[in-house]
Amino acid sequence: MAEEKKIKLSDLNKTLAQYGVEAIEGVSIEGDIEIEIDTGAAGIGPLFAYYFGQEIAQIAVQLVKFARSMGYPVDALLQPAAVAHAISPAPAEVVEAAAKVPEWKVATSLVQAKFQVGIDETWKYPIQEVTLGATKADGGSRGHTIKIGGERALPFFYDAPMPHRPVVTMDVFDMPIGMAKAVKMHYEDVINDPGEWAKKAVTKFGADLVTIHLISTDPLLKDTPPREAAKTVEEVLQAVDVPICIGGSGNPDKDPEVLKAAAEVAQGERALIASANLNMDWEKIGRACVDNGHVCLAWTQLEINSQKELNRKLMKVAGVPRESIVMDPTTAALAYGLDFAYTNMERIRLGALKGDEELTFPMSSGTTNAWGVREAWMVRSPNKEDSDWGDRMLRGPIWEIITGFSLAMAGVDLFMMMHPLAVAYLQEITQTLMGLIDAQTPDLTNWVKMEV
Amino acid sequence: MKEKSPLNLYKHLPQTNCGKCGLQTCMAFAAALIDRSKRVEECTPLVEDKKYAKKYETLKSIVAPEIRLVYIGTGEKELKVGGEDVMYRHQMTFFNKPPFAYDVTDTMDEAALVERVKKISTWKKFYIGKWERVEMIAVRSTSGDPAKFAACVKKVMETTDYPMILCSFDPKVLRAGLEVAAKTRPLVYAANKDNWQEVAKLVHEFNVPVVLSVPFDLDGLKSMALTFEQMGIHDLILDFGTAPNGKKLQESLHNLLKLRRAALEEGQRDIAYPTIALPINAWFTTKDPVRAAYWESILTATFVIRGASIMIKHCIEPHCVMPDMHLRYNIYTDPRRPVQVKPGIYKVGNPTDESPVFVTTNFALTYYTVESDVASNNIDAYIMSINTDGIGVQASVAGGQLNPQKIVDAFKEADFDLTKMKYPSIVLPGMAAKFSGELEDLFGGKVKILVGPEDSGRIVDWMKSYWPPK
Repeated sequence: MAEEKKIKLSDLNKTLAQYGVEAIEGVSIEGDIEIEIDTGAAGIGPLFAYYFGQEIAQIAVQLVKFARSMGYPVDALLQPAAVAHAISPAPAEVVEAAAKVPEWKVATSLVQAKFQVGIDETWKYPIQEVTLGATKADGGSRGHTIKIGGERALPFFYDAPMPHRPVVTMDVFDMPIGMAKAVKMHYEDVINDPGEWAKKAVTKFGADLVTIHLISTDPLLKDTPPREAAKTVEEVLQAVDVPICIGGSGNPDKDPEVLKAAAEVAQGERALIASANLNMDWEKIGRACVDNGHVCLAWTQLEINSQKELNRKLMKVAGVPRESIVMDPTTAALAYGLDFAYTNMERIRLGALKGDEELTFPMSSGTTNAWGVREAWMVRSPNKEDSDWGDRMLRGPIWEIITGFSLAMAGVDLFMMMHPLAVAYLQEITQTLMGLIDAQTPDLTNWVKMEV
Repeated sequence: MKEKSPLNLYKHLPQTNCGKCGLQTCMAFAAALIDRSKRVEECTPLVEDKKYAKKYETLKSIVAPEIRLVYIGTGEKELKVGGEDVMYRHQMTFFNKPPFAYDVTDTMDEAALVERVKKISTWKKFYIGKWERVEMIAVRSTSGDPAKFAACVKKVMETTDYPMILCSFDPKVLRAGLEVAAKTRPLVYAANKDNWQEVAKLVHEFNVPVVLSVPFDLDGLKSMALTFEQMGIHDLILDFGTAPNGKKLQESLHNLLKLRRAALEEGQRDIAYPTIALPINAWFTTKDPVRAAYWESILTATFVIRGASIMIKHCIEPHCVMPDMHLRYNIYTDPRRPVQVKPGIYKVGNPTDESPVFVTTNFALTYYTVESDVASNNIDAYIMSINTDGIGVQASVAGGQLNPQKIVDAFKEADFDLTKMKYPSIVLPGMAAKFSGELEDLFGGKVKILVGPEDSGRIVDWMKSYWPPK
């Protein structure tokens, strides 16, 4: 049988106020609340009952203390059997209620619930779609084109599917360069032949594009004249029919000339010209892209406002159309400042989705930077107290994978990479997270018991 | 905490500007509560003075993190799990890096078990001036035998004080483990749709946190969370299901994103619990140990970046634990604090006028790396840290933040006269080699410019060939 009790808290307050008690320690009683306790009913959730019971018990304790201070012989009465009949009527009721605090009980059934969540309504603007490469029909000689960009959400979010998969362009150099052992072993046979190198990257390692880096033009290296360097670009264009990127040496004084010459020999190919930077004659590079039908890579260093400035100048001053800009906001590799690169890119992408027109471009990452990190290539730790670093041949590729993949999560569309294994894993995980790869997922309901 | 205005927190403070929290005013304290650099408990009058009891309670509930904070382990090894406030790290920071729990099983023989536990609990790596480690042992009951599980848990406890996750879906097995380990406050994995009543009784009896496992069913997960909450069990961690591959993996990530968005952007408090991911599942997809290891790292990165709160992992080999630790460190670095050291001259060891002077940037990572490479090899040297706005060597050489004039000026400002050294010279980072000519000119030919290695890890070898300079 359900018993019903009524305690009017306001009455309790009044009673206490008569004796100058302002508040009961640990309990706040406010307003004219009337609470009905239907102790046996199913209407009160166990949690509510528990808390309510606790509160009533506290009131009881306070009343007992109060009665004691008034000289009432409560202590003598606080024997379990005596309590019920010995204390004055009102307190007796609450003490009785306190005694009825239900014991903890396990629920008899699961609460039914429906989970709901929205999408991010602030993502209203798509990222600019950019086409790399041009086929014969469009005035180039590539076998196919590649589209990047077009996203309407952060990568791999459920808000909107990604229209294009992230793509990889593999590095090719116009002269032998120093490489980590784990990388070098894959290119030793082609290191003196950029054409063959590019072919190997595409046919053997599955590169979506190749980047020919004209590093021999660096005055501190071979100082190859721009016209001569541009011949290597022709060589690569003949060796492979995928879209290409063309890079300079990174020398801010010479790169504009080198890239202009390269843009001219590759006229009409919609190559990605890497890159224009605020510290050099970006206008010359931008114009070379416009004049010869290429896409301009706008490179800044981990600073969102510089990126906006450069993009704006390329559009407004050099006249580069929106659909011909890709950004490289700089890749600081895993353990070497990845947090800066990651957050800079994520902020850029979020800004773009929210409508910042100076940021709404696809992004590129120089993922190869991962190989500059000592953890990727050093035989052992320079710090003698570190735990063993293991085999560097295994450490290197995963360093490049995690560097690239982290930035894929932040919004990178195009990855410049080197290690074949890293390329394969990056393609596999990004496509998996887009839902493009079917694989037999093991039954893991009892993974706890499974043997590794 | 959704509150962004210090004024609204100030209302609930004593407003006496007593300074006991270390800040001069209550308003400053309110601002510190907003960016979580202070905790409410640091306002001692609020906690101790009964007349503030109500304000204290109100304030505590306002500043409570959006995602519940759950404690695992005890004492020095106590871990904070969850307690996050933002969806993206630039919005403030991610606070509590997800503990990595590496598995052992109760069917391992004792020697192998002890060796593995030792390997996990002694792993360490020096990074940006500190030792980084992993945190937990996940004990899996592969035997299904309560006695064996209890013995295994006991052995782990004898070998390490790292906190544990007790893994089984059998309440009898879990009870056996808890009877041995409850006082260390382990995490129980897990209650599911079949065993939840028995597991609820256990975690109530032993007062330990518990994982609710309802993979690929967010309605079911919410239903379980509400049920436990109503039973008064609040220390919950949600297992949303970690598929290691295929389309199910996409679903796993989507479910994590949905849970986090519900909690952090939509304020759905009834589902705002920490989450657990299981990168270990990569090992059930392939027999190739390198592929499994790489894929486990990829899964770890996926769930670390998008904010899962704790992980069960398997591979403790350097090619797994190194990238995983660094990725987690990078993502959980507080972006509000620039990682820079003060520019200027630093002494390593006991340098004299015969010691080399290394030039580097004031990016903390660069500086501490050079310092540790020099110090751990017992080289006495000076390091000049140039103010590059906290940008590393390679990037600052390319971007102009590190340039010859700045280097010359830095020595002037530090009042460090290179010509008084026995070998008047500086050692440039290998990546800044191109500055050497201009620097010789700027120093008027009085200081020799040496080009050091591209990575400071090779300073030892470099010293053998080039120091002292001829």
